[in-house]
Amino acid sequence: MTEQLVIMVLLSFLVVIAFGIILLKDLLVAVILSGIYSLTAAAIFVVMDAVDVAFTEAAVGAGVSTIFLLGALTLTRRQQKQQKHNNYFALLVVTLTGALLIYGTLDLPGYGDGQSIANQHPQLAQHFLQKSEDEIGIPNVVTSVLASYRGYDTLGETVVVFTAAIGVLSLLGLRRRKREEDPELDAKRQCRQQNEEV
Amino acid sequence: MLIVVITALLVSMVLILVRSLLGPTIYDRLLAVNSFGTKVILLIAVYGFFTGRPDFLDLAIVYALINFIGTIAVLKFFEYDDLGSVDYQEDDL
Repeated sequence: MTEQLVIMVLLSFLVVIAFGIILLKDLLVAVILSGIYSLTAAAIFVVMDAVDVAFTEAAVGAGVSTIFLLGALTLTRRQQKQQKHNNYFALLVVTLTGALLIYGTLDLPGYGDGQSIANQHPQLAQHFLQKSEDEIGIPNVVTSVLASYRGYDTLGETVVVFTAAIGVLSLLGLRRRKREEDPELDAKRQCRQQNEEV
Repeated sequence: MLIVVITALLVSMVLILVRSLLGPTIYDRLLAVNSFGTKVILLIAVYGFFTGRPDFLDLAIVYALINFIGTIAVLKFFEYDDLGSVDYQEDDL
């Protein structure tokens, strides 16, 4: 009961933060809020007892991608560009995709459902729960399935991500960016020098 | 008892969230977001004790570290408008 309530409150936090990210014009604030979004999502995963999913979400979502987004922000401006027209077509596409995804979740088994299709197989769940520690040597069943039983699949995913990273790098190029003269930054630097002299 | 603590944490998270969305200056937002992260970590720790698994405390510590890295990166960006510039590395020497 408490678990359900905590999950519901945290999920509503996610909705509020998502609207904040969409509506606020300052991109730096949007990046910080996206970090908090990931941390809240990770907390939900912990409450739902998916500890390693939560760990990945916290490390990748709140840690690395915040820094990546900040790095992207150094290449552009901090304020969002003024939108001159309303893009209703994009809204329609996004709403349709969201509706399709929600429709897809209707077929998923309930949370912690013992009668779901995966649990109805006579030996499968039993085998993983009882033997995985002997076979793989990892106490956590989810981790041993992810890293060992379906290890080739995970390797394939990693190759896809690696290829995407190479593609993005070859598009952006590895040249050093020319330093633009920024009056605000110059003022800060002067201020610091004065402080050191004092 | 722990239910009261969880409720109090969730209520304070609501207040902090309001401040981070309304906050007139960027400093209000930074501070609000940082303390929201702290509240999430506290929630995980308290929830671990609530369900009788104090080992969630380790997770909470790791999340605190990750949250700290994010804050450091944001502050670095805020101060220098860059994450890997040569300029301030020379400044530090």
